[in-house]
Amino acid sequence: MSEETVDTPAAIATRGLTKRFGRVAAVDGLDLLVRPGDRYGFLGPNGSGKTTTVRMLLGLVYATSGEVEVLGHRIPREAGAALPGVGALVEGPAAYPHLSARANLRLLDAAGPPVSGGPLAEGVGSRRSRTRRIEAALEEVGLADVGRKPVRAYSLGMRQRLGLAAALLRGPRLLVLDEPTNGLDPRGIAEVRDLLVRLNENGTTVFLSSHLLAEVELFCTRVGVLDRGRLVAQDALDALRGPTGRTVVRVDDIAAAARALGVPEPSPGPDGLDGADGGRLVLDGVGVAEATERLVRAGIAVREAVPERRTLEESVLELTS
Amino acid sequence: MIRVELRKLLLRPRTWLSIGLLCLLPVVVAIFLSVTKIAPRPGQGPTLLAAVLGNGALYPAAALGIVLPFFLPIAVAVQAGEAVAGEASTGMLRYLLVRPVGRTRLLAAKLVSILVYTLLAVVAVAVVGYVTGVTLLGNSGQLTTTTLAGTTLTPADLAWRTGVMVLSIGWSMVGLAAISLFLSTLTDSALAAALGGLAALVSSTVLVTLDATVAVRDYLPTRYWLAWVDLFRDPIPWHDLRAGALIQAGYVVVFLGAAWANFATRDVTS
Repeated sequence: MSEETVDTPAAIATRGLTKRFGRVAAVDGLDLLVRPGDRYGFLGPNGSGKTTTVRMLLGLVYATSGEVEVLGHRIPREAGAALPGVGALVEGPAAYPHLSARANLRLLDAAGPPVSGGPLAEGVGSRRSRTRRIEAALEEVGLADVGRKPVRAYSLGMRQRLGLAAALLRGPRLLVLDEPTNGLDPRGIAEVRDLLVRLNENGTTVFLSSHLLAEVELFCTRVGVLDRGRLVAQDALDALRGPTGRTVVRVDDIAAAARALGVPEPSPGPDGLDGADGGRLVLDGVGVAEATERLVRAGIAVREAVPERRTLEESVLELTS
Repeated sequence: MIRVELRKLLLRPRTWLSIGLLCLLPVVVAIFLSVTKIAPRPGQGPTLLAAVLGNGALYPAAALGIVLPFFLPIAVAVQAGEAVAGEASTGMLRYLLVRPVGRTRLLAAKLVSILVYTLLAVVAVAVVGYVTGVTLLGNSGQLTTTTLAGTTLTPADLAWRTGVMVLSIGWSMVGLAAISLFLSTLTDSALAAALGGLAALVSSTVLVTLDATVAVRDYLPTRYWLAWVDLFRDPIPWHDLRAGALIQAGYVVVFLGAAWANFATRDVTS
């Protein structure tokens, strides 16, 4: 490519994407938009159609109707042009069990077309850079010293890392990851997250499909929520975690505060407990400023007064119920 | 991709184990024959075995005759049944396709790998058969070999006839390989595909022997499987060999076409 095109194509764009199995629509009229550089979290309960969607994005499953574009190429017709720029982890890693990690990556790399552009090509044939790329990918995922042990002997976490290494092998512009932290311990999960942040800061678009809200909340900036095959929300993470319009105040003397604000005193429980933190009152129709003012005027010490925000979990549960 | 498939084939312990087992049976038979000197009477037992006692150079043919009815087709059906379904069951199929490897290209590479495996197996059996035959059964000092028709063959004659036999037997496996490969694209279970191929083989073997199937039996895949015995007659009656090769070609075209049509259009959900 000689010049940067003015409007870069979306990393992923689908229009009316639908997949029917018999009479059941597993995916129904999906309009996804993942922009270059996004950290996109694709959320949904088990069986909501996430994996079928991911497979359609990669040309493994053919759509019943609708269109898919990945990195500006139509899928499945131009999959051969789009997929070299994509690294993918779909429904768990896979490898030939009798071969070592390096032998597996070597075979996989040799199976497809050579690298044609990007930082890894460096004007050298991809075959010549293969060993270097394999070592770099293994280093990235923390498998540099696995040695020649066959994959058969690997733990689930190591296999997961190998799957990630395979996805990174060719310096992809877009990573499509389906449950990438499956089988990893907390430290491994944090390492993978750091790796994804680093890659994203270097310009890699990340499409992360997961049912783990915490994982998505910690990493993603944009979220799409799938429920029974339909996209029920697609927005910035902060918008989905938007304010509820209610105010939360935290005070030491909850009974006095309730009297001052003219609300019933909450019964001890998760919402109105009295511990070291004091009590917590949730107010409807009273803003932060007004609540603080009324409490201060009544001589009650206010530890905290903030607009209530929904957690991602609450939003998603609400959207998918 | 073809090179990758061949590397996979050769790196795989099972490839060599199965070929080793294929070669083992003729060796065992040769040991028994050389120790007891009891050959089956002509017309009984595996093909050509009656003729080898005095002549080890004919043993490659006899060795292939021993493995042809069961062992060789089982090995080929397992290998071909594995081709796509095996990748599906390890989960590698999806990673190969998104690598990306075109589906047609993948299928073609698998086919080449199966053909190479078949040829490797047949040649291995023939070579091991020759070595065993000459060492255990002896060449009895003769420079010529007697054909089934009673005429004699020079060593050069025997060599090219054995070469044609290797190719002919290899080719006779290709129809079965195509059927198994087709089944391999239908299912994600390598075992099911291999068993399906073997079921086709057994059905064909049974049907060929029935008089009631006379209308169709000339088109069954195993109909001319033993036609290579004709290579050891003099003069060689080529008709059956030709017909057998053509029928195999027909099966290859039909089932490869079906395999391609199915694999290129199906959803990969493994």
